[in-house]
Amino acid sequence: MILSTTLEFCIFIYLLIFSFSYFTLHSCCLLYLCFDNAGQFFSSGHTNNWAVLVCTSRFWFNYRHVANTLSVYRSVKRLGIPDSHIVLMLADDMACNHRNPKPATVFSHKNMELNVYGDDVEVDYRGYEVTVENFLRVLTGRLPPSTPRSKRLLSDDRSNILIYLTGHGGNGFLKFQDSEEISNVELADAFEQMWQKRRYNELLFIIDTCQGASMYERFYSPNLMALASSQVGEDSLSHQPDLAIGVHLMDRYTFYLLEFLEDIHPASKTNMNDLFKVCPKSQCVSTPGHRTDLFLRDPGSVLITDFFGSVRKVEITMETINLTDPIKQKPKQKDWHPPDGFILGLWTLILLVFFKLYGMKHLKHIF
Amino acid sequence: PSLYLGSISFIIGLSSPGNPKDDFQEELVIRPLHSGDIYASFQFRTVWETDFMRGNKVSHYRLFPKSLGQVISKFSVRELHISFTQGYWRTMQWGQPFQPSPPGAELWVWFQDSVTDVDGTWKELTNVLSGIFCASLNFIDSTNTVQPSASFKPLGIGNETDHRFLRYATLPREIVCTENLTPWKKLLPCGSKAGLAVLLKSEKLFHSSFHSQAVHIRPVCQDWQCKTTSWELRQTLNVVFDLHNSAQGKREWSLFKMFSRTLTEACPLASSSKIYIDITDNPQGEQFEVSPATPLLSQAVVLGDRRTFSVYDLTQQITFGTVRSLNLLIRWKSSEGDMLRPLLHAERYVAGYGLQTGEIHTLMYNNHPYRSFPVLLLDSVPWYLRLYIHTLTVTSKGKDNKPSYIHYQPSKDRLRPHLLEMLVQLPPNSVTEVTVQFERALLKWTEYTPDPNHGFYVGSSVISSLVPSIVAMDTNSTRERPLFSSFFPCKEESSYFVRVYTEPLLVNLPTPDFSMPYNVICLTCTVVAVGYGSLYNLLTRSFQIEEPSPGLAKRIANIIRKMRGVPPL
Repeated sequence: MILSTTLEFCIFIYLLIFSFSYFTLHSCCLLYLCFDNAGQFFSSGHTNNWAVLVCTSRFWFNYRHVANTLSVYRSVKRLGIPDSHIVLMLADDMACNHRNPKPATVFSHKNMELNVYGDDVEVDYRGYEVTVENFLRVLTGRLPPSTPRSKRLLSDDRSNILIYLTGHGGNGFLKFQDSEEISNVELADAFEQMWQKRRYNELLFIIDTCQGASMYERFYSPNLMALASSQVGEDSLSHQPDLAIGVHLMDRYTFYLLEFLEDIHPASKTNMNDLFKVCPKSQCVSTPGHRTDLFLRDPGSVLITDFFGSVRKVEITMETINLTDPIKQKPKQKDWHPPDGFILGLWTLILLVFFKLYGMKHLKHIF
Repeated sequence: PSLYLGSISFIIGLSSPGNPKDDFQEELVIRPLHSGDIYASFQFRTVWETDFMRGNKVSHYRLFPKSLGQVISKFSVRELHISFTQGYWRTMQWGQPFQPSPPGAELWVWFQDSVTDVDGTWKELTNVLSGIFCASLNFIDSTNTVQPSASFKPLGIGNETDHRFLRYATLPREIVCTENLTPWKKLLPCGSKAGLAVLLKSEKLFHSSFHSQAVHIRPVCQDWQCKTTSWELRQTLNVVFDLHNSAQGKREWSLFKMFSRTLTEACPLASSSKIYIDITDNPQGEQFEVSPATPLLSQAVVLGDRRTFSVYDLTQQITFGTVRSLNLLIRWKSSEGDMLRPLLHAERYVAGYGLQTGEIHTLMYNNHPYRSFPVLLLDSVPWYLRLYIHTLTVTSKGKDNKPSYIHYQPSKDRLRPHLLEMLVQLPPNSVTEVTVQFERALLKWTEYTPDPNHGFYVGSSVISSLVPSIVAMDTNSTRERPLFSSFFPCKEESSYFVRVYTEPLLVNLPTPDFSMPYNVICLTCTVVAVGYGSLYNLLTRSFQIEEPSPGLAKRIANIIRKMRGVPPL
């Protein structure tokens, strides 16, 4: 039966319009890939740096987790990321804790050599505010409208983000404040939301907990690189206690990470392969792990300062540059929605065709 | 020709649009205490003649910090007072502070009468302030906000007394640390780089018995006719250094010992930069000795008493001497002498036993030998301590003392706290005790904090009063006065305003065992599996008779017998 009846003719026209609009929509997207000369200036692809540093443990005996986070904060600030681009979350206050024999200080080395708390620290989320919900809201950007700017992660699609988590963890989860956990599936989904909302260009995820490698097993979004302090089934151990303060000051992995980062300055060319070698089994007792299969670039070409520092690319030139013709702004592609009632009409058509072809007796199966 | 040019420039100067005038003053008051401790009070005052409430926005900020100016104009704030305190002020040992504050964080705001939704504006304001001061002020919501009806009158100008525009909240659990001091220092015009603010080093400031930093914004009159009003921002920092912690037990204090810094210059943007040392108890120098000596003396009436101060003016180069740095030294010679007893003093504690009921006792001491005066007591108790107001008793010297004004607003579960305000007349030389019984509520298991066994805090009571003063107070508010004596406005000569905060209470609520959901699931699943599973097996299992398999010897024998053709065993 060729297109003899009006019904079939209508179906044919519908399908024609639908397929035509589908193809025109997607062909416009190909033009985005055209580069102009300015694009080659940013060969690494990122224009700004953000850092989200989270300590998830409460109570005085977890002093070392706060010291871990503050030492990464200190390195990141020293290498150039400003406070406005750092979201620092500390679940408990160690510096002004009444048990601290030296108030307003958090030390990372014994004999009180290095005060990582410093004099110029801005903690964005502290105490009871550090919850799984707030952490995920910061990552995905779905915060209540009255949240101040310093508590938001205002990254865009050209931001490189460093995420550092520390605390107590297990196989597949990280404990927040002794009352709730975040699982590796939730974390992977949060990163996928970030990818789909174009909230990062590249993301480096570092975790220093027991069985930390389990937290990055489930990642599936592109451009993620992950490091962990121990494999599944292993515990991350703490470094050294200080007898005057009475608690362990740092975890081993972050201690050697801090020593490694102290040698980095904003112009250094050290790359990620050196970061993977930090804290071998002889020093850490646990085996640090990393994951780079989701990352598009080769780790050897990724500089440490791409994530830990905020390096602005400045090229000084003496010659005159002629600017090319201005790029015409294409009008924003509005998403094409089918006309109202389209779905309803289509289903009605399908049903009528079905019953015409196969007879009315099948109608009684519905009613 | 020069006269001609001079007159031209004069006319130009007159016709150019007048820049709003702003002024910055800083001062430090050091008062040695009788217990050997030392009390240092910093005050930084910026006055700016501008109008934030005007339609066109203010855009050129000079000395006044932009973040606070935008907060004032966006949220139509008339007065804002926020303080962060670590420690409790011990009135009986240290006397009265220049600016009182309760432990934790306290925020009270008067909004302009043009605000239509005060609660919504309050919520947004607390969120913005939590970002500015790096504190968790976003935990202020309707469950800990109250509208006092009499206690917190405006400290600036204005005759607004509609208490719908006032909001008061405290967070007794809030910690103060360097992360709160850093943004506070950034609000100062010179930052922490010049002037008195170089002394504010966190390692010394937080190693003290008491530390309090506050920001006060209010409109003030510029002249006695009040034709022009300007906005005043006062940033105050009060700290009490302990004799044994900071001075190793020796009664010898210096700027270097207190702050680990000395002063080298005043803030260039300040019109006045002074240090006052209270030498009232040391008229002939027999108690302690101050060096370097200064000829400047000043007298001021503050807190109902005439005090004498040695003044060091940092805008004069001569103060720094030949070494270009100022390190004040206060050395005690004798340790006699007693302190003027503070006239008003209060305590509070929880009585009772068990985890169901309890009793809150508030004691107010009137130490004046023959004068009685009224006090306003403000109590804000969270909803989970259910107050039984019919058990409220106020007794002085054993007899019932009926308050002349009571304002009570009962709590609503999870919506608002109890508010109790009373005007009580304290008889002379007496203790007045206010008691009320309460019952503890059981919270839902998700409402507990991650560390519920620590307990739950009840904010400090506030006792405000006009206390009779020994000397006549100065009611002229526009004369040049040191900042510490002009903080509270003075309307009459015979009394001065005092606000006393009691201790916060720490109350244990009945805490459930948080591992119970896990235990219940395990137990229920086990019981169901064992009970139902075995019953199911019994009902549905069918049995077949089966010969037990014979042993190895028998099996070999059976194979041989099969081969022989003989029936098996």
